[in-house]
Amino acid sequence: MTEEEKLTRFNSKIDKEEKIEPKDWMPDAYRKTMIRQLSQHAHSEVIGMQPEGNWVLRAPSLRAKKILLAKIQDEGGHGLYLYSATETLGIDRDEMIQQLHEGKAKYSNIFNYPALTWADIGAIGWLVDGAAIVNQISLQRTSYGPYSRGMIRICKEESFHQRQGYEIMVTMMNGTPEQKQMAQDAMNRWWWPSLMMFGPPDNDSSHTKQSMRWKIKRESNDVLRQRFIDKTVDQAHFIGLTVPDKDLKFNKSTGHWDIGKINWDEFHEVINGNGPCNKQRLAHHIKVHNEGRWVREAAMAFAENETRTKKELVTH
Amino acid sequence: MSTKDNQLPLWEVFIQSKSGNPHKHAGSVHASDKNMALQNARDIYTRRGEGRSIWVVLSENIAASAPEDEAELFDPADDKVYRHPTFYRVPEGVKNM
Amino acid sequence: MSTMNTKEALYNFCLRLGDNNLILGQRLAEWCSNGPILEEDLAMTNLSLDHFGQAEFMYEYAAELEGKNRTADDIAYLRNERGYFNSLITEQPNGDFAFTMMKQLLYSTFAKYLYETLSASSDKRLSELAARALKEIKYHLRHSSEWVIRLGNGTEESRIRAQQALNELWWYTADMFVVNETDKELIKAQIITDLSGLYPKWKSSVEETLKLANLTIPAHGHMYKGGYDGNHTEHLGHILCELQYLQRAYPGAKW
Repeated sequence: MTEEEKLTRFNSKIDKEEKIEPKDWMPDAYRKTMIRQLSQHAHSEVIGMQPEGNWVLRAPSLRAKKILLAKIQDEGGHGLYLYSATETLGIDRDEMIQQLHEGKAKYSNIFNYPALTWADIGAIGWLVDGAAIVNQISLQRTSYGPYSRGMIRICKEESFHQRQGYEIMVTMMNGTPEQKQMAQDAMNRWWWPSLMMFGPPDNDSSHTKQSMRWKIKRESNDVLRQRFIDKTVDQAHFIGLTVPDKDLKFNKSTGHWDIGKINWDEFHEVINGNGPCNKQRLAHHIKVHNEGRWVREAAMAFAENETRTKKELVTH
Repeated sequence: MSTKDNQLPLWEVFIQSKSGNPHKHAGSVHASDKNMALQNARDIYTRRGEGRSIWVVLSENIAASAPEDEAELFDPADDKVYRHPTFYRVPEGVKNM
Repeated sequence: MSTMNTKEALYNFCLRLGDNNLILGQRLAEWCSNGPILEEDLAMTNLSLDHFGQAEFMYEYAAELEGKNRTADDIAYLRNERGYFNSLITEQPNGDFAFTMMKQLLYSTFAKYLYETLSASSDKRLSELAARALKEIKYHLRHSSEWVIRLGNGTEESRIRAQQALNELWWYTADMFVVNETDKELIKAQIITDLSGLYPKWKSSVEETLKLANLTIPAHGHMYKGGYDGNHTEHLGHILCELQYLQRAYPGAKW
């Protein structure tokens, strides 16, 4: 089969909504895009453990502690599923981690913001996981088989995450004046960054068009963002939280909430490494990776010794 | 087995959800030996009571058919309709067949 | 210590069991996003979750025994340093991964024999709690002993680290078997047996694993004791600072 025939076949598969599987032929650019997006998604899950991990020891009740731990554990697990899905494209996890450490691979910007108070744990679960889930539901229909299967599993498991966050906000909004203030403060800090999680507006997004053609991405940044806004604004109002946007207005003709201008300069600043926690998050990951090296080496050495001993037993 | 910086070798995980069901592929884990692979699989793929039995196998030990052989391997089965019960005509009124 | 009645003794004993789990769970939770490999990060989170779950059962029972309308959380979060009765080994810092796994091995072996005994207790509630916890503890023991064996037989570095962990932690092990006033009252009431009797089983089980791990129990040193009477190392106070922060900073607030 010529390259051209392969490409035609690939495209027709995409058009027919058939999934692309690891051993199938795919254009290099598709593979590269897939590796970039999947590994970025995996790194985001793992880096996302840090801001929440920051509060595990201080969680205010045994119940809250267990829930938070289980949630962070899910995120690690989801990072793991996504790394595995990426590995089917012919890249090792070592290499992905290397790329992360060298700054060649990114992770979601949102985790470069600090979790300052306990209310942030609520806001992260409700807003950040809420935004992530809108995106992930859409990605269940992505064209790459392992990614799609991963998303289906992840969506199923993450359905409690957003509720967990919202429950914290509800409890605090029903609590003391200090708790209410804490919740509103978290809302103020996390609202805009959550909206930025969907990426730049469609006009400015360099990757969107090709990704849509390949059905890697199924809906555009702006469509997903609006879906998130519409459901979240009502949830905020329901518990008495103010959305920190003076231009927020319900548009009767479209049936959507219109929002004010997103500060994309901030978005680019954070992407370029100048968010409050960029250096901290990456430095932490590198440190942990390096500190764990001797453990991984020991485990491998042990396995190799065992195999050798077994072989010796067989041959003698 | 690659050990450069090591994320440990890759294993494929198969989970049986309940007795009587087949083991189904659940995903993969990294581990240096079988015991570790089993425990990692347990911690990662059965957190919500999804399993009662786990198999793990080193990924490099799995042989897979090539996609370009798909037609050669599987198309010949398409025209063997006589392997399916619906191919046969049973006189009206005959039951339990 | 003043004489206590059986109910008070049982209450204290539940605190001991709860505190062991709470403090060790808290230590393990420190590994969250700090594990040597992602898979092990999740494994340690699972251990931690098991411990928090066990702590909660014990505190719920303690709260019922006390009968003062306090919750498990009140008991977990609102006592001071001298009112925690966990064994000293559980509050020791995590150190490196070898240290944490060694700590887990030494404690889980103890907890296995402890819960085995308690699952036959004449106190029905205690025996149910113990039987439930036993399954989890057996898994902890398997996980930690396999790691100690791997590290002891891995590289030169890992063997040295595992040996150092053993050298330090060994001196906190006798503390787990201390019999205090609480025990005496419960033995008299035939609710528990003399738990110092578990020591020989514990020792031979640990020795067996350490032998497989090619590690040597240190010969001379001083055994630290006092956890069950609330005489702790300085580490506990710092654990409590983090644990109790929100409860203390906002008294009466619901979370």
